[in-house]
Amino acid sequence: MTQGFSPTSTRRGTLAGIAAGAATLAMPRIARAQSEIIRIGFPTPLTGPFAAEAKDQVKSAELAVKQINDKGGVAGRKVELLVRDDKLNAGEAATRTLELIEKDKVHAIVGALSSAVQLAVNEVTRARGVIYVSISQSDTINEVKDFSRFTFHEALNPHMTTAAVAKHTFKKGSKIAYLVADYAYGHEMLRGFKRAQEALGATSVGEILHPFGAADYSTFMPRLRSMRPDILCICNFGRDQANAIKQAVDFGMNRQARIVVPVLLHNQRLAIGPEAFDGVVGGANYYWGLEDTIPSAKAFNDAFKAAHDGAYPTDYGAYGYTGVYSLLLAMQKAGGTETDKVIAALEELKYDVAKGPQHYRKCDHQSVQSVLVLESKKKGEMKNPADLFKVLATEPASEDILRTCKELGFPA
Amino acid sequence: MDAELIAMQLFSGIALGAILIMVALGLSIIFGMLGVVNFAHGALFMVGAYAGLWVASRTGSFWWGLLVAPIAIGLFGILIERVLIRPLYGRSVDDPLLLTFGLGYVLVEAVRIVFGSDGIPFQTPPELSGVADLGIGFFPVYRLFVVGVVAIVLVLLWLGLEKTKFGLIVRAGAKDPQIMRVLGVDIAKVWLLVFGLGVGLTALGGVLAAPMRNVNPEMGALVLAEAFVVTVIGGMGSLLGAVVAGLLVGVAISMTALVAPEMATIVMFALMAAVLLVRPQGLFGKKSRA
Repeated sequence: MTQGFSPTSTRRGTLAGIAAGAATLAMPRIARAQSEIIRIGFPTPLTGPFAAEAKDQVKSAELAVKQINDKGGVAGRKVELLVRDDKLNAGEAATRTLELIEKDKVHAIVGALSSAVQLAVNEVTRARGVIYVSISQSDTINEVKDFSRFTFHEALNPHMTTAAVAKHTFKKGSKIAYLVADYAYGHEMLRGFKRAQEALGATSVGEILHPFGAADYSTFMPRLRSMRPDILCICNFGRDQANAIKQAVDFGMNRQARIVVPVLLHNQRLAIGPEAFDGVVGGANYYWGLEDTIPSAKAFNDAFKAAHDGAYPTDYGAYGYTGVYSLLLAMQKAGGTETDKVIAALEELKYDVAKGPQHYRKCDHQSVQSVLVLESKKKGEMKNPADLFKVLATEPASEDILRTCKELGFPA
Repeated sequence: MDAELIAMQLFSGIALGAILIMVALGLSIIFGMLGVVNFAHGALFMVGAYAGLWVASRTGSFWWGLLVAPIAIGLFGILIERVLIRPLYGRSVDDPLLLTFGLGYVLVEAVRIVFGSDGIPFQTPPELSGVADLGIGFFPVYRLFVVGVVAIVLVLLWLGLEKTKFGLIVRAGAKDPQIMRVLGVDIAKVWLLVFGLGVGLTALGGVLAAPMRNVNPEMGALVLAEAFVVTVIGGMGSLLGAVVAGLLVGVAISMTALVAPEMATIVMFALMAAVLLVRPQGLFGKKSRA
């Protein structure tokens, strides 16, 4: 039950210890009847600063479940989504996940929206031998020391995101100032950008770490300005992104530097308005505008709009859809929920459900997929209220944009 | 590190402190006069921001929002005092605390139901957007405006408390409500107005903060924590204390952001702990209150 576990830190050790302890107390799993409903646990931060993104994840995940059920389910079995609020807290997420596994007897977990929280979920699922499809950005989750054969990373990772964004924004000789949220997400994005900047011949003129969840960024602005950057790279998420961009623009930072973010968020752009985001460039896993060129995006948008009064699906929402959908497709191929068979099916799976072709790389279980580079539109350029971004570039789905298996420490 | 940067940082701190002062003042006034620890204060700050947003979007003018919202929410505060808090006077200090704690949750949920939980854009009014050259560096015009408004409010408040009959009654009532009753003053009416004033001040803080931040249902939670820190440092119930501590906390955050940015949030709690060790009653607090 605890295979693949290595005590890399005390926190992990404690968590895995609790999980393993619960495992020995629990009754051995009873073989489930074929007609039983397939339950997918879905922890996500419904409350807190990422609530907007979390709610979209749930809506899209529910859509995937409904579509599969309408088509007859998985091997004749209906699918049910069990949504839990992880409150953006690693401890809460671990408890909810354990509860989903122990009490609700879920067959797999999909979810989490913060890099720190997903690592806590990953510890529990790894210790309990339950399949986990992670839909939040992380590099470490794919690396050997964190690797779990039960875990599939459906989201983009910071390496591929920052490489794509840097390629289209950083130039030789660019001077870049970084404002970075002081937790896993910010640290991993900064690491990615700095690796990319070195390859592109750009330099860093300064890095400021800000506390997670800060409401006011004014006190960082004089120092950022004094660094005289050409590019201000803001590596934070959710409302932090909205507030930081808004206040940077209030301080006129956009006049001396271009504002670049790792992930340009649909909901935050909606919450702040086009003026502050004008010209901001960032990456994305999904944008509804893909429908012009990608048929599966059109189908996803249409189904989502039909279910939600014409609302468009968002970036993090799409993760809920692609994450759940890919898992259910694999379960269909495996003919049920038997863990080893589903893992084998996921490793073989080729899917295209919303954004063009995707597949899970066998060595690290990272979803190979395209990365979009988006620029926020001016108000006058918007054709409708959801027409927020232009697609500047699309990095095609290819293993070339990932670190090699060898680099991650997997045997060649 | 050059002098201009430090001066800029100092100024940013003062501007940051201005909003803190508006929230902490209301909290302190209500505690000082009524002995009520108002845990709904952060939620009322948020409701003020939404009210400002609503009025501004209806009238098309930020100025109407700035004027109408604090008065409307102040009146709402008067209603809260009359209907919910008044029945609890004379009981343990925990009762109004628990009541306002719950009220805060109710207000946040109500706003979520009416306006959604995603947050709404609030543009800086065009006449106040842009940056101004202070000689030491550039600073957003809107933040200068906020500092100005807070300064004017403080002067008016001081004049009101020191130079008017009502102010005299309020100050006397805070010292000894029993005597005031004996002298024939309707102290209940004074408390009603004081509560409304305190709530109006935090609502004004909310409207002022709205164009700088994203307006969302949770925006009051962090502000409430900061305002409590400010009132504890300044001394619960002391208005001068709230002003001085507000500026102190703003400047402390700002200076920490310069040297150790990741500590910028922690520093105010460290400051509070240090003040409590040396002066448990806060910088301007009275020794002990019943």
